Amino acid sequence: MVKKKKQELIQLSNKFRQRLVEQLHAIQTGHPGGSLSATEIITTLYYHTMNVSADKVDCENRDRFILSKGHAAPMLYLALAEKGYFPQEEIATLRQMDSILQGHPCKTSTPGVELSTGPLGLGLSAGIGMAMGERLSGRDTTVYVLLGDGEIQEGIVWEAAMTGAKFKVDNCIAIIDNNGVQLDGTTNEIMPMGSISEKWEAFGWNVIEIDGHDVEQIASALDEAKNTKGVPTVINAKTVKGKGISFMEGESMWHGKPISEEEYKQAMAELRSE
Amino acid sequence: MAKKKAIRDAYGEALVKFGKDNKDIVVLDADVAGSTKSGLFGAEYPERFFNVGIAEADMVSMAGGLSTTGKIPFVNTFASFLMLRGADPIRSSICYSNLNVKLAGAYAGLSDAYDGATHHALEDITFMRSMPNMTVISVCDPIETEKAVKAAIDLEGPVYLRLSRADMSYIYDEDYEFELGKGVTLSEGNDVTIMATGYMVHKALEAKEILKEKGIDARVVNIHTIKPIDKDLIIKCAEETGAIVTAEEHNIHGGFGGAVSEVLVENKPVPQEFVAVNDSFTESGDYEDLLDKYGLQARHIVDKVEKVLKRK
Repeated sequence: MVKKKKQELIQLSNKFRQRLVEQLHAIQTGHPGGSLSATEIITTLYYHTMNVSADKVDCENRDRFILSKGHAAPMLYLALAEKGYFPQEEIATLRQMDSILQGHPCKTSTPGVELSTGPLGLGLSAGIGMAMGERLSGRDTTVYVLLGDGEIQEGIVWEAAMTGAKFKVDNCIAIIDNNGVQLDGTTNEIMPMGSISEKWEAFGWNVIEIDGHDVEQIASALDEAKNTKGVPTVINAKTVKGKGISFMEGESMWHGKPISEEEYKQAMAELRSE
Repeated sequence: MAKKKAIRDAYGEALVKFGKDNKDIVVLDADVAGSTKSGLFGAEYPERFFNVGIAEADMVSMAGGLSTTGKIPFVNTFASFLMLRGADPIRSSICYSNLNVKLAGAYAGLSDAYDGATHHALEDITFMRSMPNMTVISVCDPIETEKAVKAAIDLEGPVYLRLSRADMSYIYDEDYEFELGKGVTLSEGNDVTIMATGYMVHKALEAKEILKEKGIDARVVNIHTIKPIDKDLIIKCAEETGAIVTAEEHNIHGGFGGAVSEVLVENKPVPQEFVAVNDSFTESGDYEDLLDKYGLQARHIVDKVEKVLKRK
């Protein structure tokens, strides 16, 4: 990755974090923690890897992104708005009546959202279906599915893991935002996952482990995944829940908690100093 | 004895027939392709057939993904598992995103008779018709099955096709014009209307003959599209006959009878009686014997007609 691109992705990520904090503070609802851990992943997908354009929302040859961990919707919306899928002013309407930006992604409300998500676990099966449909139609596109590490406690994820391996769906790439924390506590407390990578390997997936906040590692892992043929790839991205804001990092209470005035000031000061 | 055909055979053959020219049709099954007869399609077009193993939720969600790429997926498993295991993606992915997925519920009602209560589907109409964007179709003979498959293909959006394991005689011939959302008056009558869906249409026709001997002139209507339901026809029947009996192979709560009564109370309240399973779990046994035990034979329809006429 050229230095300029890397700088762009880092700056965009920081900008998205600031907007996220501003917005969630303003509306006093939403999920900061899981959006902040997924920031670099979503930014790199939309600003480096994926072939997508707001001018051609329904373009046949576009890549697809499914936010299976739908509660990170605010970060997806920020990336889509920046891309021009809808006016930036819409961000202020997040989670409010009559908004195109629902609390969790809604395909029929928001341009650029490829599938409605929210109840955890449904995205990978759908992504595999999409990828199989694209392959059947002879189109060279890739489907990216972002899952939470808590989310993969859902049984359907492992049904999808089997399906992906059986049908060799190498044009569907799963990314696990492995932030180690879920709503009620750490994943180790709530449901110890053991080795996530070994589990996926046992299901027949090619596994790549990376630092999910390092845009270069994310980009190269996505390239490697795309070039891996015959087996599906999962990227196990180690991340920090609440990344970038000291008092949110690794704290389960920031899965979905309103940001107070004082917390807002501190968070913005930290992000601006980066 | 009248010619009969299993609805599952009619369904599987219809998939093969329409899949020949329409290459967008893809078919998924969860390890019951031999039972649902989706395997007939799989044998003809293996590249468009996906057996996902015993993983119904995965299958439904995958179908949602496939539909976003222009495919027309037909999802197959027993109605009971489709509704229960598939409920989450049916609601949150398929219907919420208004995806073009066709859900074929095999072995609905009591038709998987010997397998018992776990395999009987008596709540699927309630669930499916409460999903926004969903169209719900319930078929009564082999010809109607084929026509319903075609209608499901032609309609953009989620469709639930309620099928049966049972052999059914032919009510219609090839000229039958199946129109989504339009009920069919099979036999005129002035004293009461029996509205039936699925296999119960046959029982309604039988009941009409018994009622005739008792001097009661019953109208018989087949409602194949439970959602959107044929409001105009229901109101017309209420106005002209003044009493309605609904008949369905389903629990009494929230199903087809409920859909009819919703129309009646808002538009033309007349007495209505319900022929349905009376809110109980069922059991293993011979199909016709089960229908008898759980109140779904022609004689039960006759009883309800006599009851409703007293309230008229």
